[in-house]
Amino acid sequence: MPTLRSRGAVAAAAALVTALAAACAPGSSDDKPESKAPAAVSTDVAKAGNVTLTVWDQEVQGGLKEQIEKLNAQFQAKYPNVKINRVSRSFTDLQKTLRLALSGGNPPDVVEANQGYASMAQYVKAGMLLPLDSYDQVYGWKKRFPKGLTDLNSVTDDGKLIGSGKLYGVSLNGEIVGLYYNKEKLAKLGIQPPKTWAEFDQALATAKGKGEVPIAFGNVEKLPAMQLYGVLQDGQTGKEAVRKLVFGSGGSWTDAPNVQAAQKLADWAKAGYFTKDANSIKWDDTPANFAKGQGVFMFGGTWWAPDLNDRMKDKVGFMLPPPAQAGAPTATMGGESLPWSITSKSKHADVAAAYINFITSPQAMDVAVEAGSLPVLPASKQPDAPLLKEVASAWTELSKNDGTTPYLDYATPTFTDAFGGPLQELVAGKTTPQQAMKKAQDDYSAFQKKK
Amino acid sequence: MSGSKTPALEGGRPPGEPRRIGWLYVLPALLVYGAFLLWPLVRGAQFSLYHWDGLGTATWAGLSNYTATWSDPVLRGAFGHLLVLVAFYAVLPCCIAFVLVGAISRTRIRGLTFFRTVLFLPQVVAMVAVAVAWQWVYSADGPVNTVLGWLHALGLPDWRRGWLGDFTFALPAVGLVGTWVGIGLALVLFLAGAQKIPRELYEAARIDGAGPVREFLAVTLPGLRRELAVALTLTTIMAIRNFDLIYMATGGGPGDATKAPAYEVYNRTFNTGEVGLGCAIGVTLAVLAFAATAGIGRLVEGRDA
Repeated sequence: MPTLRSRGAVAAAAALVTALAAACAPGSSDDKPESKAPAAVSTDVAKAGNVTLTVWDQEVQGGLKEQIEKLNAQFQAKYPNVKINRVSRSFTDLQKTLRLALSGGNPPDVVEANQGYASMAQYVKAGMLLPLDSYDQVYGWKKRFPKGLTDLNSVTDDGKLIGSGKLYGVSLNGEIVGLYYNKEKLAKLGIQPPKTWAEFDQALATAKGKGEVPIAFGNVEKLPAMQLYGVLQDGQTGKEAVRKLVFGSGGSWTDAPNVQAAQKLADWAKAGYFTKDANSIKWDDTPANFAKGQGVFMFGGTWWAPDLNDRMKDKVGFMLPPPAQAGAPTATMGGESLPWSITSKSKHADVAAAYINFITSPQAMDVAVEAGSLPVLPASKQPDAPLLKEVASAWTELSKNDGTTPYLDYATPTFTDAFGGPLQELVAGKTTPQQAMKKAQDDYSAFQKKK
Repeated sequence: MSGSKTPALEGGRPPGEPRRIGWLYVLPALLVYGAFLLWPLVRGAQFSLYHWDGLGTATWAGLSNYTATWSDPVLRGAFGHLLVLVAFYAVLPCCIAFVLVGAISRTRIRGLTFFRTVLFLPQVVAMVAVAVAWQWVYSADGPVNTVLGWLHALGLPDWRRGWLGDFTFALPAVGLVGTWVGIGLALVLFLAGAQKIPRELYEAARIDGAGPVREFLAVTLPGLRRELAVALTLTTIMAIRNFDLIYMATGGGPGDATKAPAYEVYNRTFNTGEVGLGCAIGVTLAVLAFAATAGIGRLVEGRDA
C-alpha cells in the first residue's frame, strides 16, 4: 500500500496549503475609529441605562489602590445605573496582557495605556484607541491640564509622533523619579542632603567608607537601571535634548553627555556604591530593603512614597536629584501616571468619557491626597505625613520649572531589552559605557528607520 | 461489477468492518486535537511568514523571520544556551540516576519507597513554585550563600554571589534546577526497568568477577536502554520548551545570559511585538523537538524511527 499512503500524504499537504491560503493574513486593518461630533456627546450618564463599564488599571500599590477604589465607589454612588467591573494588574503584567486584550473582539472599555512608542503610539496606529478630542471640547480637559501633560498623552494618527496629533488619554497622578534618603543614617554619618552632584558624590564616598550601602539598588528587571541612567543623564545634559532624543526628533544615544552618564553609572558600580549583586535583586525588593536600613540613598519613583511612609514614618526623606550648581533648577524623569483611555470598540464611550472626567476632576485630586498618593494637579488639600509633604513640594517645584523628562523606555518598543540588557552588563562591569550606548543607539536607529 | 456481489472486492480487503469506519472512532479525539493543537500549529506556521506587531496590519515576510532566527546574535546565543540546558536537564540527570540505580541495585536500602517519593517530588510540584523556591535558595542571603559563607570562614575563598544575577553563573544555576527536577523522573524509570533485569545476570556477572563498573556496563546499561531512551526524550523536550523556570527565576537576564529560545518565543511575541519572529522560533523549536525525539530513539534504542 505505499502508493496509497503517499497519496494520502500529498492530499494532507494539499489540504494544509489550501487552509493556509484560505486563512487570511494575521492582524486587522489599520482603520481609524470614527469620532463623533462634540454636539453628539451625551454627558448625562444617568440616562444611559444599565451599563457595565470594564476598566483595566494598574493601581495596585498602597495609596493608588485606595484612591481608585474610593473614586469608583463615588462614581457608582452618583450613577447607580453604572456598574464598574475593575480588573487590576501590576504595571508589568498590564503591559503584557493589554496588547492581547486590545486586539481581541471584546476589549475593556477603559484602559490605562502607557505613554510612549512601545504602547500608546502602537495602539493608536492600529486604531485601537478612541481619540478624545470631541470629549475634550465638552469636558475641557486641555484647559484643566498644562499643555506639557496633554502633549504626553497625544499622538499623531500614524503613531509616528508623540506630542502632537489627537489626545488619547487623561492622567490622574503625578510621578517623579527622585532621591529617597534615610534621615537617621545621614545624621549618623554627619552628612546633609546633597545640594549638588559634587556633594552627592562626596556623601556616597563617606557612606561607603563607613561600611554603609550608599545606594539601594535592585535590577533584575533591567528597567531600574534605565531609570537610574535617566536620572544621571538628566544631570549631564539638558532636558530639551533628552525630550528630543526619546521622542525621536534629534540627537543620538552616543552623544558625549549620554556616554558620560553611562560612565558615571559604571563608576558608581565599580566603586561599590550599589547594593551587592544588584542584578539579582528584584525591583520591588529595593524599597523593602531600603526600609530595613540597607541603603543610605535610593533612587525611586513617587509611587513608592505611600508604602515607605507607612514603613519608615519620619525616618525617610525625599528630594529631587541635585542640580550641577546649588540652587539651579533640576530636571528628572517623570510627568504623569498612565493615562486613562477609551478603546475604540467600547459600546459605552460616552459613559467611559464621563468616568474619566470624574476620576481626573479637581475633587478626585483631593481623594488622591487623602489616599496618600500624588495628584497630577494641585489639590485643595495637603498631605499630613512629612514624606508626602516633601514629595508634593518636589512635584510643585518640578512643575514650576517645567523640569520633567520622559521615561527612556518610551523610545522604542524593544528598548527595555536592547538598552536595559547592556546596562545590566555595565553594572556588572562586563561592558564599557561606549559599547552600552552603541547598543542603545543601534536599536534606536533601527526603530526610527522602521517607524 | 454491476449487480454482482463483488466477491473479489470482499476478498481484497481485511475482514471486519470497513476500514473507513475507523475514522469515526477517532473523530472526537481528532476534533479536540485538531482544534487545540493542529490548527494553532498551522496558524503559528503561517504567522511566522509575516512581519506583525500583534496589533495592526501584517506584511508578508517570506522566510526572513527564519533567517533572523539564526542571524540575530541574541537568538543565536539563546540556541547556544539551549545546548547547555540540554546537558543540565537531560544528560546530567540520567548520569546521576544511573549512579543511584547502580548503588540501589547492589544493596538493599531500607525505606526505598520513601527516598523514591522524595526524589520524584520535584516532578509533581508546579515549575513556578520550583522557580520561586530556588530563587530563595540562590538569593544573596539564601542557603547556598550561607554554606559558602561557612566555608569562607574555614579559610576557603569567598564564593558567595547573587547566583541568578551573575553573568557567568546564572545559566548553570538555572540548569542545576533542571537537573534537580529531572533526576527523580530518570531514577523512577530506571528503577522500574532494573527490576525486570533477571537477577541471574547479576549473579553470573559477579561469579565472573565483575566489579561494580563492569557490572553496570555489561548488565544494567544494556538492560535499561528503553528506559534511557524514554528518560532522555522526556528531559530533552523539557529543556527545549523550558519557559516557566526562566521566566520566573531570571526573566532571561542578567543581560541576555539566560535567554532560552522558548523564553524568546514569549518575549518576542508579547513584549517586543515581533509576533512573526516569535512564531518562527516556535516552529524551529517544534522541528528541533521532533528531531531530538527521533534521534534519541534511533541512537539509544537502535530502532528505526
